[in-house]
Amino acid sequence: MTIPLSGRDVAQKVAEQFPKAVNLCDGACLWVEPVSIVEVARYLRDTPGLDFDYLVNLTAVDFWEYFEVVYHLVSIKRNHSLVLRCQLQGRQELVMPSVVEVWRGADFQEREIYDMLGIRFSNHPNLRRLLTWEGFPGHPLRKDWL
Amino acid sequence: MALKTEPIVVNMGPQHPSTHGVFRMRVTFDGEIIKDLEPVMGYLHRGVEKLAESRTYTQFIPLTDRLDYLASMTNNLAYVLAVEKLGNIEVPPRAQYLRVIMAEMMRISSHLMAVGFMINDMGAFYTPLLYMYREREKLLDLFEMVCGQRLTYNYMRIGGLSHDVPPEFLPALKKFVSEMPGFIDEYDQLLKENEILLARTKGVGILSKELAINSSASGPVLRGSGVKWDIRKADPYLVYDKLNFEIPTGTVGDIYDRYWVRMVEMRQSVRILEQAIEQLPAGEIRTALPHLVRPPCGEAYGHIEAPKGELGFYIISDTGVAPYRCHIRAPSLINLTALKDMVVGLMLADAIITLGSIDIVLGEVDR
Repeated sequence: MTIPLSGRDVAQKVAEQFPKAVNLCDGACLWVEPVSIVEVARYLRDTPGLDFDYLVNLTAVDFWEYFEVVYHLVSIKRNHSLVLRCQLQGRQELVMPSVVEVWRGADFQEREIYDMLGIRFSNHPNLRRLLTWEGFPGHPLRKDWL
Repeated sequence: MALKTEPIVVNMGPQHPSTHGVFRMRVTFDGEIIKDLEPVMGYLHRGVEKLAESRTYTQFIPLTDRLDYLASMTNNLAYVLAVEKLGNIEVPPRAQYLRVIMAEMMRISSHLMAVGFMINDMGAFYTPLLYMYREREKLLDLFEMVCGQRLTYNYMRIGGLSHDVPPEFLPALKKFVSEMPGFIDEYDQLLKENEILLARTKGVGILSKELAINSSASGPVLRGSGVKWDIRKADPYLVYDKLNFEIPTGTVGDIYDRYWVRMVEMRQSVRILEQAIEQLPAGEIRTALPHLVRPPCGEAYGHIEAPKGELGFYIISDTGVAPYRCHIRAPSLINLTALKDMVVGLMLADAIITLGSIDIVLGEVDR
């Protein structure tokens, strides 16, 4: 069985390295400050014992007051899992740092989030719409789109 | 005077027989050598995730059929498992076994198409593919027996199945299971040591182990690169922990390894089917649930090992009758991430079989 790691334990380890990075933890989830996501991601991938080498799923959700970007991580080496979340307040000019340099698998998934929810990913190598065309009006998965 | 050469950009697709649907590759060539490749997709985008937000949980099941239409039953399964995880819904044992049987039949059918079309891309037009179609036809007859459909089954329900299998199904499936290993031997005889197949696939389209993991590849693509990772073993669902089977892994990560992994997986699926038929218990096939399923407030990520890789549904409920958000983790889309790295430096004809060896279905890539 894939074992979900305790969010609290991982949060403690991350906080030793990056004191301001983690906002909250609950179950197998960490709420990470958006500006620190890349360093936290790299730490989770490269720290022995954590070894989160595989980004399973990356998506975002529109909660009206804020957007949440959700990262599902798994360690193939150790067969455990963790969920990272980043909250972005407001509805305009949303920017997240891209994790493509840590996990290449984020490439298309970040493009899809930009296309569907309008969150820009800074430092993404090729941030263009993935499923709709350039000039498509709005971002369809936003709750106010339709 | 020295000859001057210029890179040339070629659009492969979206209307091209070898792209398995409406998929486009913008390929930059230097002579016949590929310098760059960019996948362009979205031609079949139907907004399934948005549609989910305006349908009840049960009404969304038929739409999942239209994702990976070569393995519809598996999509049904991934979706209902995610909803059951969200709502803590128990499924009767008979339904769990029947789900495993359907999923493995679907895996054989999907792998037959994957291998058949890959050989087709290689230039062996339709003759080997028709051998594969012969067995797929038998599987489709079995599916038709179960639910009256041959492509979009809509058979799974939240809490179980839409109805029990008819009495003639199990004898027919047993006959298929006893015949199938012989047919796989026949494919091996035709293909495994075929000089042309070996020359075209060995050492071509290599995906390293590190890159396969880093680019979130899954399914036969990941296992072909030598990573022993299968959700059925790593995070067992349904009754897979009670069944014996092995996970084949490749060594080099080339096209041949991905082809070989699929062939062995078909044999393993036959093994699973044999055991599942033997262990199949009698009893209910569906848990009694209210007409409108309303899972409690929360979220769930349910994932299964689909024929093409890890198929996941991430569902958020706000206690309404429809999901608040339903995200589909499509293996076909994410397996394409490393396509460029596999083909740069190769020739045009190799790019086509590399794409064939990833086995994409555009319904799932574009959703």
